[in-house]
Amino acid sequence: MKTGENAIRTNKHIPLETERLDDRIIETIYKNAEQIAEKVVRKGTKKNDWDRKLDDILTSRWLAFPVMLLLLGIILWVTITGANYPSQVLAKFLFWGEEQLTALLLQAGSPEWLHGFLVLGVYRCLAWVISVMLPPIVIFFLFFTLLEDTGYLPRVAFNMDDFFRRAGCHGKQALTMCMGFGCNVAGVMSCRIIDSPREKLIAVLTNNFVPCNGRFPMLIVMAAVIAEEVSPEAYRSLAAAAIVGGIILTGVIAALTVSRILSRTVLKGIPSFFVLELPPYRKPLVGQVIVRSIFDKVLFALGRATVVAAPAGAAAWILANTAIGGTSILSHAAAFLDPLGRLMGVDGIILMAFILGLPANETVLPFMMMGYLSTGAMIEVEGLQALRNLLVEQNGWTWITALCVMLFSLLHYPCGTTLITIYKETRSFKWTFLAVLIPLGIACFTCLLIAQAAALLELV
Amino acid sequence: MNFQEIASIRNRFNVKSSSCETVVALIGNPNTGKSSLFNALTGMRQHTGNWPGKTVLQTQGRFYFDNKRYILVDLPGTYSLFAGSLDEKIARDFLFFACPDVTVVVTDATCLERNLSLALQVLELTSRVVVCVNLIDEALKKAIFIDVKALSQELGVPVVATAAREGRGINKLKKVIRDVAEGKAVSRPKVIEYDSEIEAVVARVEEKIRNMISGGVINTRGLALWLVWGDKGILKGIQNYFNIEGKTLA
Repeated sequence: MKTGENAIRTNKHIPLETERLDDRIIETIYKNAEQIAEKVVRKGTKKNDWDRKLDDILTSRWLAFPVMLLLLGIILWVTITGANYPSQVLAKFLFWGEEQLTALLLQAGSPEWLHGFLVLGVYRCLAWVISVMLPPIVIFFLFFTLLEDTGYLPRVAFNMDDFFRRAGCHGKQALTMCMGFGCNVAGVMSCRIIDSPREKLIAVLTNNFVPCNGRFPMLIVMAAVIAEEVSPEAYRSLAAAAIVGGIILTGVIAALTVSRILSRTVLKGIPSFFVLELPPYRKPLVGQVIVRSIFDKVLFALGRATVVAAPAGAAAWILANTAIGGTSILSHAAAFLDPLGRLMGVDGIILMAFILGLPANETVLPFMMMGYLSTGAMIEVEGLQALRNLLVEQNGWTWITALCVMLFSLLHYPCGTTLITIYKETRSFKWTFLAVLIPLGIACFTCLLIAQAAALLELV
Repeated sequence: MNFQEIASIRNRFNVKSSSCETVVALIGNPNTGKSSLFNALTGMRQHTGNWPGKTVLQTQGRFYFDNKRYILVDLPGTYSLFAGSLDEKIARDFLFFACPDVTVVVTDATCLERNLSLALQVLELTSRVVVCVNLIDEALKKAIFIDVKALSQELGVPVVATAAREGRGINKLKKVIRDVAEGKAVSRPKVIEYDSEIEAVVARVEEKIRNMISGGVINTRGLALWLVWGDKGILKGIQNYFNIEGKTLA
């Protein structure tokens, strides 16, 4: 201890004698840098100030936001239209595989339950996740990585800075939210770039309002269901893109609102100052980006699908096929949750899917389908259209149901892995608990509001 | 200070080096293509972790050149070594106390001036420096020309131009790193002259430090300069890593 005291004393007397010396040291270094740069840097006559011109548009007062929204819209539209075809091809191929597998198992004389468990449970769930979820993820992230490579993402943070400052949090939160699109775990981890503990905590707590990789495909599927109900055929993919865009904006608004409330109440403080350097625009290395995003995303998503969807399919099949008193556990649970679900514009199966999907958001949709399939008739599954039939024709969904599912998915608690990461980053059960409670409360309230308003106005 | 002592300090930064390995630190402003350079130098031989006790990502990698093993430590991107943020503190501590054998300062050729102040700060700490002028291809596109030879003369240390994303200049850089590590390269680092008052105070503080620390690895002038600037964290580091008793400090 003695060392510490002495050291601090020594340190204290130095600044007393040297007031203002610190500034002069820095100034001298900068002056030297300037002199050297003058000697060794030569600027040609061909002045290429593309960057500045681009920045004048992309970060300008009036055009910044329209351009951002337009880019988001274009990316979503291309994702939605582009994902359709590979999705169908994958579905055809994988369900052809299912037939082969069934034939093989029957030939080997396997019992009914084994076939059900392996094929109808594990394999079908896996096939669904891969065919419906993989294509949009890959396409979306291809564009996202391209944008990142061009240097546009820091401009997004720059544009959003004002909003975040007014919400009492750090401008870099925009960057952590961008990371959240990839995965909320990565988003929460990236909050480390924020130095102030108060602002870091706000960023951690609000990161899950950005729809991650695992929830994104479900949002697209739901948007397609809504678009089918409310829009004429020619504009369906545009309408779906607009709906997903609207949901993402809702998430951003929710994040800002919660940040603002937190920074006015439990996490009081003024936003800290920071320097955001805008890197020069770079021509993206398209080939490299394609290879990287396909390898990274496809392999990552496939890996996760296997790790996460296969056990989920198995669990769902067991739940749906183990009966207590003549009804399956799944139906019991769904029936129990149904009244609560109805209040919020959804149903028992949907709520149960969200609860069972806590470990990973990718499994919410498969759980939902398993729930419906186990009680309803088995259907031929061929991509999106079949899914729509299952939900709308057989289970009485309306566009309000789909909207409530989207909002609940957007706003509800972060997945298990993210929660573990939040605990690791905050080292506090209290904040981890709040990271569940705050979004869950908002999600329930929003869905309740919409469902009740829809009922009151007799929209459906 | 002998090798064992340095190795044990490096160990506390999670950098495990044996006596036949050269530890190379990579430092630079954010957005200078530091990560691309790191990847180009190490390829797949890298692993990530945390800086001990901090939630800041640490990346290390290895490469072989001329039958020698090099450990490359990627320091967090910083604008300055006069530390404010956590990232800057980590970079400063590593350079001060882990004594990397070679320090590569990555600079952005398109805005060299801004980057040079960091290079000059590093030169205040250690003379075994390579300055890497990265993104030279982009500078050319913008019609910015860098006189690498003149820059090397001005700074008194080797300067290598690279375009890491295209893999250009990487071999040359490895060669220069080896030369610096083996003491073959020119090294007469530029000494910045501050005004007489600063110089006088720095000299006085340096005298005190000299009495405390034996061995030539630590740059006493650098330490003195940082103390005069008012860096409190550095005192903690001195106690922490060098086990200096407070009596001598007072």
